[in-house]
Amino acid sequence: MEVEPQETFLDVLKNRLKIKSVHRGCEEGECGACTVLLNGRPVCSCLILSPQVDGGEVLTLEGLNQNGEFHPLLTAFMENYAIQCGYCTPGMVMTAYYLLHHLTDFSDESIRKGLEGNLCRCTGYINILKAIKAAKKEKDSGCWW
Amino acid sequence: MSFFIGSRTIPEVEYHRPKELAAALVLLRELKGGYKLIAGGTDLIPAIRRGALSPDFSHWVDLRSIKELDYIRQEDSLICIGAVTRLADIEASPIIRKDVPHLAEAVGQIGSLQIRSQGTIGGNLSNASPAADTAPPLLTLEAKILLKSIDRQRVVPLDQFFLGPGKTVLSVGEILAEIQIPIPRAEEKYCFLKLGRRNAFTLAIVSVATRLKIQNGVFQGVRIALGAVAPVPIRVPKAEGFLTGQRVGEPTITNGARIASDEVQPISDVRASAAYRKDMSYVLTRRAILSCMTPKPAQP
Repeated sequence: MEVEPQETFLDVLKNRLKIKSVHRGCEEGECGACTVLLNGRPVCSCLILSPQVDGGEVLTLEGLNQNGEFHPLLTAFMENYAIQCGYCTPGMVMTAYYLLHHLTDFSDESIRKGLEGNLCRCTGYINILKAIKAAKKEKDSGCWW
Repeated sequence: MSFFIGSRTIPEVEYHRPKELAAALVLLRELKGGYKLIAGGTDLIPAIRRGALSPDFSHWVDLRSIKELDYIRQEDSLICIGAVTRLADIEASPIIRKDVPHLAEAVGQIGSLQIRSQGTIGGNLSNASPAADTAPPLLTLEAKILLKSIDRQRVVPLDQFFLGPGKTVLSVGEILAEIQIPIPRAEEKYCFLKLGRRNAFTLAIVSVATRLKIQNGVFQGVRIALGAVAPVPIRVPKAEGFLTGQRVGEPTITNGARIASDEVQPISDVRASAAYRKDMSYVLTRRAILSCMTPKPAQP
């Protein structure tokens, strides 16, 4: 695909690739609503110029819904009422997915630190923490993909 | 299209992505200025959106793909960090966590996970905010910066690199290539403390890094650097000179912290008043020195 450098990665995901899950929030890298995994790392797509993504691998929320089946992390979010308006959710889930594969400490303090780039105005984060801890249990018991 | 009032669009300029340092330096000479160096973009893009960076350049030169600038290495007596190394990699590096843990601590408090996954140490230093979090620890380590252009390279001590808020000695055609840290001795103690308006993802109102040894109950080799309290990140030599050679105890520590708070020259801005910054310089310096005295568990 040919892109213009002044299009951000977020612009390409939403406008060109029509990916619905990635949300436009602050466009300044502060809110995390546009978070996707780029080459396995959580990034704010609003801060990346589209040519910088060339040759990279991207994971969005759609990738956690395969063949109509929800990823256990998504199920944990739903079952623990970690979603209200849903605007922060895709970014929050992508960061949570990264944390579940990279954190060694799953205390509240550690998870909160990992989520510092994802703002939520609705939930107060309580159920998001519950969902992540529930997902960790699922992952540890092998119910994961 | 952007829907936010006051959110400027990214300017339509030419984009270059050299894969090698040599090619980048040739390009910079050809462009003769009128370019903006970009790597993570985590400072540049928000600045453009806020209108703080005027779009008066006609080329992006993206350094992100120059793999030869992305490394953390131990070379003899130096730890060398390539300028394009991501902050997340520095925070996680076993070399950094073991030998200069306050740098890992400071980097871990920059922005958020997403910012650290993209942002680079070269960017943090080149942006030259007086509040740059990598600066106070690097100043206590007496780090040096390697600058390269097509004609020459030069090594500049970090305390001579910053000229003022947003200004460095980097000249047209030059890039910041490497940060060089003399490896400290094993018995030194370190601390980094940052005060912001909130717990996470916050610019520093005051930050402090300390590095010192305690030998036979006496402070030795005390180095203290502060951020966000002067036009550039600074050391406080009077406080350092006072503490070095003194017996560990009170009122020495309190007096040393007082001297540090007299040396700083903060301004009042949107985040805090000058008076508050002076007070907090005292508080954080004192806490940082005390923290250096308590044994810490080894970093995992």
